[in-house]
Amino acid sequence: MTTLDLHKPLHPAGPPVVEDNYLTHSRGVLSWLLTLDHKRIGVMYMVMVLTSFLFGGLAALAVRTELISPGRTIMDANAYNQMFTLHGAIMVFLVIIPSVPAALGNFVLPIMLGAKDVAFPRLNLASFYLWIFGAIFFVGSLFTGGLDTGWTFYTPYSIDKGSAMNGAVSALIGVFILGFSSIFTGLNFIVTIHRLRPPGMTWFRMPLFLWALYATALIQVLATPVLGITVALLAFERTFGIGIFDPRLGGDPVLYQHFFWFYSHPAVYIMILPGMGIISELIAVHCHKHIFGYRFIAFSSVAIAVFGFLVWGHHMFTSGQSPLMNAMFSAITFSVAIPSAVKVFNWLATMYKGSISLTTPMWYALAFLFIFSIGGLTGLHCGTLATDIHLHDTYFVVAHFHYVMMGSALIAMIGGLHHWWPKMTGRMYNENLGRVACFLVFVGFNVTFFTQFFMGAKGMPRRYWDYPPQFQIYHFISTMGSYIMAAGFFLTAFYLLHSLFKGKKAPANPWGGRSLEWQCSSPPPHDNFAKTPTVGDCYDFSAVEWDEKLGSYVVHGEGQTAPGHAHH
Amino acid sequence: MANGFTMTTLPVHDHTHAHEDHGDHGHDHPKHLAHHWDNPKQQFEAGKLGMWLFLATEVLLFGGLFCAYSVWRGNHPELFRYGSHYLNTTMGAINTCVLILSSLTMAWGVTAAQKNQIGVLKVCLVLTLMGAAGFLVIKYFEYTHKFHEGLFPGIKFYEKPGEHSHMWISEKDLAHDKAFAAETAPDPALANHSATTPAAGGFEIQTVAVTPSASTSLPPAEASTVLPAAAGPAGLAAGDKIAIPEAEFVRDRVESTVQPLQDHFRPQNTHMFFNIYYMMTGLHGIHVVIGMIVITWLLIKTFRGEFSNEYFTPVDLGGLYWHVVDLIWIFLFPLFYLI
Amino acid sequence: MSSTQTTEHAPKAGEHHGVGHVVSPKILIATALALLVLTVLTVAAANVSFEALEMPELHIVVALGIALLKAALVCLFFMHLRWDRPFNAFVLVTSMALVVLFITFALTDSNQYQPEIKSYLGTLPSGETKEIKAELDKLPAMPPAGAAPSGGH
Repeated sequence: MTTLDLHKPLHPAGPPVVEDNYLTHSRGVLSWLLTLDHKRIGVMYMVMVLTSFLFGGLAALAVRTELISPGRTIMDANAYNQMFTLHGAIMVFLVIIPSVPAALGNFVLPIMLGAKDVAFPRLNLASFYLWIFGAIFFVGSLFTGGLDTGWTFYTPYSIDKGSAMNGAVSALIGVFILGFSSIFTGLNFIVTIHRLRPPGMTWFRMPLFLWALYATALIQVLATPVLGITVALLAFERTFGIGIFDPRLGGDPVLYQHFFWFYSHPAVYIMILPGMGIISELIAVHCHKHIFGYRFIAFSSVAIAVFGFLVWGHHMFTSGQSPLMNAMFSAITFSVAIPSAVKVFNWLATMYKGSISLTTPMWYALAFLFIFSIGGLTGLHCGTLATDIHLHDTYFVVAHFHYVMMGSALIAMIGGLHHWWPKMTGRMYNENLGRVACFLVFVGFNVTFFTQFFMGAKGMPRRYWDYPPQFQIYHFISTMGSYIMAAGFFLTAFYLLHSLFKGKKAPANPWGGRSLEWQCSSPPPHDNFAKTPTVGDCYDFSAVEWDEKLGSYVVHGEGQTAPGHAHH
Repeated sequence: MANGFTMTTLPVHDHTHAHEDHGDHGHDHPKHLAHHWDNPKQQFEAGKLGMWLFLATEVLLFGGLFCAYSVWRGNHPELFRYGSHYLNTTMGAINTCVLILSSLTMAWGVTAAQKNQIGVLKVCLVLTLMGAAGFLVIKYFEYTHKFHEGLFPGIKFYEKPGEHSHMWISEKDLAHDKAFAAETAPDPALANHSATTPAAGGFEIQTVAVTPSASTSLPPAEASTVLPAAAGPAGLAAGDKIAIPEAEFVRDRVESTVQPLQDHFRPQNTHMFFNIYYMMTGLHGIHVVIGMIVITWLLIKTFRGEFSNEYFTPVDLGGLYWHVVDLIWIFLFPLFYLI
Repeated sequence: MSSTQTTEHAPKAGEHHGVGHVVSPKILIATALALLVLTVLTVAAANVSFEALEMPELHIVVALGIALLKAALVCLFFMHLRWDRPFNAFVLVTSMALVVLFITFALTDSNQYQPEIKSYLGTLPSGETKEIKAELDKLPAMPPAGAAPSGGH
């Protein structure tokens, strides 16, 4: 019956019909630059984020190459300081924070929800342009004197005009603007999820990715303004000397760290929560099994968001924070382990006895599980007061947060990119190359950063340009690992770009997903849904079957739950 | 239907023909209703939720400054007791009333729009705009008065007004400060220490150049904006050891136009009070200006006849924003003027 | 099935035309009058001396209490929160709670480490004080308090 309607335009045997999808709906550069379509905005974000990722990654390679031997290898210490600052700042502010919510989330969220667009399409476009302007100011710091403060802008160094480079003010303005971009994205998502759920889409029928995006959006809205005022105060401090953070004027540099981490710790969860949401989708869909412990995963996302606000002081154990607060923050920090572990165990339980398809997204999901477990568990070492005194500001911490931010958040994002790539572009990529690239990234990542745990535990401080020869072997191995990882990413870039031109046409449902985005064509039409759709259980895979003729998964009418009673 | 429900909702075949108004789904869709909403109420409620979330970000934006205020006030109450006497309570109170009245007219405007009384709405918006302008005028007088007294934000606080690069205290004043510190400091050892530190030949006041270019060209030691201790900044230390001046005493001195930098009873780090004052009221002032822009925009739309009891969402949301501007001032007023 | 309505339970707006609750000007004027009276009250309270009660800090409690009351009036009546969806109020309260959390933790911490700064600067007796002072005395042009506190390690 209607099933045929669903798949008719995708029929591989049919003649190349010019369908109207969001990519072909209107033409011309302006139709992209002024678009209000969440899908196009998501794609534009994705392009910009991946471009930034390229630059941030090149900076990382430069840093690793410099560290391959003690002393000067390819650049002097000042250039090195700028290079690691650029790497950190670009990766945090321009890549990881917008990667999942703004890029993938923008594309997927309204479709998954069954809405035609986000609640405020103009605001959505505005936040994209805020991102662009923020990025311009940010990169502008390179041309207005350079930036060498590290991405944290710690006082008193950052406000000392005699030592820190002059690009700081431009970078701070950039961060301020980027912050508002992030706020407006989060605001849009919250309102969308509250007000645009179609009939039947109750809170507990939402795919877990949406729960994760919702929790993320809460943090974006509630934490980012504090970053705004922090960088504004810092810029004023540096320019006019208002004295709030400047110890020479009677200010308090530790207070700056409170300000900074009040945002930046929750920001860590802005980075990882959407990644966790993606993994929930990937594992359920590619294991073709109902997600285990739906409500636990959903609530653990919210719990992580709440706990995220209470633990910022664990970045300040050695900064002069008082012993009382150290003890409190350390204790609360351990509690974050609970919701995180709840998620991991639920994912494992979902995989148990599932029918696992080892597709590229699933490979990334498996890589995530491995890497996130290590990243999470080493976090406990850093959260323990006594061990942190030893580990603070060493490569151990560097390895820990790369395991979480790069190995987990970015790996999840790339897994999600592969998962939704057919939906976004309408093309399939080369699965074999995908798996090879994932393997290279996984191996390269672990070689790079697992080594750094040893190096850090032996006392190699982070951010140093030079080191004693006994550390060289670790640095050498680590740098080699980064080259392997880079090879993996370049391979990924190659086959993804290749698929745009030569890739097989993607079916509507290449993986067998049940959430709403798999029910519209690939790529989706301009309006997503002609009529506000109604919804069933998005993790019920019992009715999903592979249709050889269509080259796609199809859903039988049976097994679907009736549209739910009114929600909310 | 209950079984195959998802199938019927699929949009694919419905979109092969491009149509300019994709919001046209065959049912009644007013002009102001964007295509992705089902009905005006849904759109209105969403706008309200969005505005409230935005207001939450405003609260947190100011929250950072309130935190800075609390930390300084908690550790150095003397700064606030001393500094607040340089603020004009009458002007502050008048401004509070002005904002309350403009909030009233704004809220009245929303009611008028809901009742389709567009004439009343126009009057209300104009009155609100006048209130906002009045607030800024009074604030302007307050600021210029402070600047006239040499109470500048930033490091400029320690400069002599009009002369860009000179410290504002004379050598004589400084010596007096030292002597006063020696008399009043509770710890005699410290007092002696600070009183005797300056070289015998008189303490040479540094002419600290504060223009960024000048200071960056110097090596850090000379470029440092560190001031002599008695001139003010002394780190976070020595807060509660300083005798807090009696309120009446300070008030008398302010009336006789003693300026903080000439005042030997001035607590250390007096500039901090004024900096926090300028940051908070300044950010609030920026919000008032934005509010004026928003109200002007609403006024233009009203005169174009775009609002009615069917559609007044922008009036309602602009009103919410304007009330938050009022709300923040309600806290700023007692925290700075009434200490 | 109804495909038009997602939000069916807006607060009794139905009896008025359009959406949202209509607040009568009488209530608004009464609110404004209450706000003005409270403003006069808070100014008056600031001039009352609480020294007799031996609670000089009562000033700030009274001032903040009145400010909170005024804020509540503005929110409930001018901003229609009394008739609005509870979630909007929840958003506002959450943001305020986070500000309180931020202030509490930062203030507690800075209160805790003040003595450390003081002992470092030599204003409190401490083992290291003498050496630090000796060091500082060597700096002729730089009095102690200004020179010492550079927080950087």
